[in-house]
Amino acid sequence: MISNKVIKDTAYQIMGKAAIDIPQDYRKGIEFMVQKEDGLSKFVLKTMMENWDAATEDRRPMCADSGLPRYYVKVGNEAKFEGGPIAIERALREATAQATHDIPLRPNRVHPLWRTDHNNNVGINSPEIDWSFEPGVDWIDITTVHKGGLFGTDYRMLFPGDGIDGIKRFFLDTLVSFGKRGLACQPAVVGIGLGGSKDTTMVLGKQAACLRTVGEANPDPEIAKLEQELKEMGNDIGMGAMGFVGASMVADCHIEVGYTHTGGMPMSVHMFCLSSRRATARIHADGTVTYRTDPNWFTPYMRRETTGWEE
Amino acid sequence: MADTNKEFKEVRLQVPVQQEDLEKLEIGTIVYLDGVIYTGREGVYKRVLEDGFDIPLDLPALSNVNFHCSPAAAIEPDGTFNVGGVTATASFRFAKWMTDWFKKSGAKIIIGKGGMTSEQYKELYVPAGAVYLTTVGYGTGALLGRGIKKVRQVEWYEELGNAQAMWVFDVENFGPFIVDSDLKGNSLFEQEGKKINQKLDKLYEGLKKPALSRYGETDDRSDELI
Repeated sequence: MISNKVIKDTAYQIMGKAAIDIPQDYRKGIEFMVQKEDGLSKFVLKTMMENWDAATEDRRPMCADSGLPRYYVKVGNEAKFEGGPIAIERALREATAQATHDIPLRPNRVHPLWRTDHNNNVGINSPEIDWSFEPGVDWIDITTVHKGGLFGTDYRMLFPGDGIDGIKRFFLDTLVSFGKRGLACQPAVVGIGLGGSKDTTMVLGKQAACLRTVGEANPDPEIAKLEQELKEMGNDIGMGAMGFVGASMVADCHIEVGYTHTGGMPMSVHMFCLSSRRATARIHADGTVTYRTDPNWFTPYMRRETTGWEE
Repeated sequence: MADTNKEFKEVRLQVPVQQEDLEKLEIGTIVYLDGVIYTGREGVYKRVLEDGFDIPLDLPALSNVNFHCSPAAAIEPDGTFNVGGVTATASFRFAKWMTDWFKKSGAKIIIGKGGMTSEQYKELYVPAGAVYLTTVGYGTGALLGRGIKKVRQVEWYEELGNAQAMWVFDVENFGPFIVDSDLKGNSLFEQEGKKINQKLDKLYEGLKKPALSRYGETDDRSDELI
């Protein structure tokens, strides 16, 4: 039985790790990109790397816009935990409030109309908690993502006849419009959602940007090829960090798909910024905890195509 | 524009900044600041310029540098402050208040994210003799947090909340920032954007348009759109 206290303490820990320590996969991606740049674009990327070092050395958030902290929880089908899912949600909300004060994070979350700020990043529908499940295991994975909330995302209903050209155009439209003046805080991990219901399209794209690591390809080789092609296309725009002339828009491009309406091809684009903040913990059945930066969210079970599932 | 073989022009300025300091700044210059700076954004602008409250600081004597940001900061139960980092927010959203704010505050440097067009700088900033600095990469919250040596005071914390309150910081070697607009209203972002725009047509070459357009791709509301 996993105790509720362990869940809360673990969520609190990953809040700090996400806010402070840049994931190694993203850092490696940027270290590669900086070699291609010169002038101001190079200066900007080098300064960002110094900033990551300063954050880790001082244990302070790498970016003061600590985004919209949220959680992705993957529960093993055999996991036993105290208090049920309601207790997990309460623990995550308490950890958010506590971490917001202690790290500190910026209390970004306000009521959309009254702008009421509880100063703890907790409120109506905040933090978001996405649930998924995993067969045949007894652990719980908790991932937190702190992604900025204003720029770099768009949605469009395309149609099958629009084809790959339509996908490429909308990809470029989004990168060019949000890349100007660097509003997307690029180079970014670009996540693309294709298919599903409209809300699923948005969710898949967001998860593709935030929950896959730089260098990781979609298991479908044709989709992986498209990911690579779009990545190169984005870096050929001629734009770099802050919208200066350069070749660094896309640290990596991830596509996730869902079966969709036969007449449509909805698409979303999401950009996870130069402060790509994510951290994951696995709580084992005996209450021990291991930490990592790869959420490993898109398991074969998550991408299943058939009615049943053979364990 | 800088190139690989040229070192960037870098300056360190004491706040309040003087006219001769501002004259030295060219677009692309790297800037670090020492002295006192304050935060102020839509909450402060609305309260002062629309609701008629007096600015609770002695401006510009105390400081003539206004940072468009909210800190990642907390007030401890004993009243002390814990500042993690600061990161700018996009400044173009505050354009409508800037002319009056410059008159009231005497600000000469605005620090923020994203800058504006040269046309906006010439309309809003040049008459006030003010320049615009952009933060770097937009995420250097930790480096900037290091540059904050002390929170001098926080005003309107209760009224406006943590993010919108006026935070007043003692800073040392606070930066880096990049000059986006000089006293003439040139815009680095705009100049860079123009260079990038030249390539855009080629980028889209050969990609056919989707079956249905959206608003924004046409101004004609009578078109069939999605």
